[in-house]
Amino acid sequence: MDAQDIKIKASNVQVHYGDTHAVKDVTVRITDNTVTAFIGPSGCGKSTFLRCLNRMNDTIQTCRVKGEILLDGEDIYDKRVDPVQLRAKVGMVFQKPNPFPKSIYDNVAYGPRIHGMFNHKSELDDIVEKALRRAAIWAEVKDRLAAPGTSLSGGQQQRLCIARAVATEPEVLLMDEPCSALDPIATAQVEELIDELRQRFSVVIVTHSMQQAARVSQKTAFFHLGELVEFGETGQIFTNPEDPRTESYITGRIG
Amino acid sequence: MSNHSLSKHRGSLLTQSSNTKKRNAAETRFKAYGMAAIAFSFLMLAILVTTIFSKGMGAFQQTFITLEVELLEKKLDKKGNRTLADLKKISTFGYAPLIKSAVGSKVEELSINTALKPKQLLGILSKGAAAQLRDFVIANPDRIGETIQFRFLTSSRVDGYLKGRVTRESIKNDKSISPEQLDLVDLFITAGVIEKTFNIDFIIGADASDQRPEAAGMGVAMLGSLSMMLVVLALALPIGVGASIYLEEFAPKNWISDIIEVNISNLAAVPSIVFGILGLAVFINYMHLPMSAPLVGGLVLTLMTLPTIIISTRAALSAVPPSIRDAALGIGASRMQAVFHHVLPLAAPGILTGTILGLAQALGETAPLLLIGMVGFIASNAPDSLASGLMSPNSAMPAQIYEWAKRADPAFYERAWGGIILLLIFLVTMNAVAVILRRRFERRW
Repeated sequence: MDAQDIKIKASNVQVHYGDTHAVKDVTVRITDNTVTAFIGPSGCGKSTFLRCLNRMNDTIQTCRVKGEILLDGEDIYDKRVDPVQLRAKVGMVFQKPNPFPKSIYDNVAYGPRIHGMFNHKSELDDIVEKALRRAAIWAEVKDRLAAPGTSLSGGQQQRLCIARAVATEPEVLLMDEPCSALDPIATAQVEELIDELRQRFSVVIVTHSMQQAARVSQKTAFFHLGELVEFGETGQIFTNPEDPRTESYITGRIG
Repeated sequence: MSNHSLSKHRGSLLTQSSNTKKRNAAETRFKAYGMAAIAFSFLMLAILVTTIFSKGMGAFQQTFITLEVELLEKKLDKKGNRTLADLKKISTFGYAPLIKSAVGSKVEELSINTALKPKQLLGILSKGAAAQLRDFVIANPDRIGETIQFRFLTSSRVDGYLKGRVTRESIKNDKSISPEQLDLVDLFITAGVIEKTFNIDFIIGADASDQRPEAAGMGVAMLGSLSMMLVVLALALPIGVGASIYLEEFAPKNWISDIIEVNISNLAAVPSIVFGILGLAVFINYMHLPMSAPLVGGLVLTLMTLPTIIISTRAALSAVPPSIRDAALGIGASRMQAVFHHVLPLAAPGILTGTILGLAQALGETAPLLLIGMVGFIASNAPDSLASGLMSPNSAMPAQIYEWAKRADPAFYERAWGGIILLLIFLVTMNAVAVILRRRFERRW
């Protein structure tokens, strides 16, 4: 593998919540323009690890992170790093759709506004339209941009949240079970979207659905009890896993 | 297995089982208790409101006597040059004879036969009648020499007679008024000289001495309350909301913040008189702020209101779903941007409600004001600027009501009830503003 392609390099990451050792010694390489899926049973540490990648765990007081995570070769846990700046580069979409109680337009425009990404109102309009198009929701909302984001259906809300995340032009997009609150049709739309987003971003997705991981990802990491059990090409993990625990999980014997 | 469970619920669905009957009866009883409780509280509220209005409405009406007064130049301005200094030299004693002769000529004009002496004739007028006329002359010196129609306050006994509070039986031992004077009042009423009308001075005027209940008003005390509310709003809202945001959104959760939290809750339960004596010790004795000033009252009430505002603001902030904070942080907003752009607008209705509750509590507070000297009958004129409104001695509405309620003359009792009506109107207005603001800020998600 070409070293240039590596976007995030996590080495020996340990996470503690108080006395709980949630993530144990995880080492992972996340490549650019790739969808990487984290799978594993509930409470295996995959979401916790995902939240380390943009330091969302900083908001939890009892959480301590050890080890090294490099984004483009820079340690994101370095003292000089401002997590706010990091999160502009590493965007996040959450499990439950969480649009702001503002208009659809303002939801998408919020990131560009706080990061000062435009000079004129017309530029902002363009940014908003582009983001909504990329999130495959433009056709549905273009006539009602002033309507509240919360008035949309669950699937639309989640795509709006994706549009909001991509509007700030991040380099990595973290998705924490983005489809768990959606019906199969909305899920299919979001999955299609993830595949398109791969052209521009490195996408990391946590999912409970192994079918979903198999459908959308190129790389898969299997977590179990806080450890990274196996990491490799998705096809290989699902057809020919090396570790017996991975095989038990994907065949439905544990989890 | 299914047979067993069926056997427990055997029987027709059309007849109620004993178990169901019992449950339904319990539910019906519970609903009845609830309705009874609500009916009882409505009844109490109705009694309270009717009592307040029936006893207090009288304060908004006052009895006046209209007389023709000759403003004799030789009595009021001997030199004839109308300078203010000269006019002010004539005290109320100089005006009394003019009023005396005005009553006398009214009696003659109506050809009333009365055994009352001129001094007793004057007794049906307020003790402040001469001062009333003097104020008018000083304000309008050009009217000297004319005969003017002037509306004097009657004494509180005459006012009480017209309102039914004073009767011929009740004044048997009363030295302030005699049955003969009441006979004269009756004749004056038929002649239209004495009448009872709406009294704006009760709403805008100042308190009067305990000899002149008929002249006492609530207006200056209302300004005192208003000034205090401005101080409380200007200090307690920003400090309280700022402290809550820090504690709720930024402060680390450890034993220090736990101690702070417990102490804020305790402060909310501290009796207000404790804050009063603290204000006396710190603001007046130590910082040498003026005694009885609404500024000091406002500071004391701010201390008292802060815990209420902090507790309700923190509750409103923690009720905002954490997903909103995550959403903002996830797209690279700072902690402060997340709070000020998203959390605070959602919490605003709750914060407003808490603030208005705190203000309403502060508005009705009496005990701490008495300790810092904001008692009744302390300001005889309305303040002329915001600065003097804050710094010069004044009273507040509840302290003024308390002052009236403890005075001996029953005419003050009526005014205390009237003051309570004004206080309630003040409160209802504040709550209405809160409801309107709440509607405006409220956003659904």
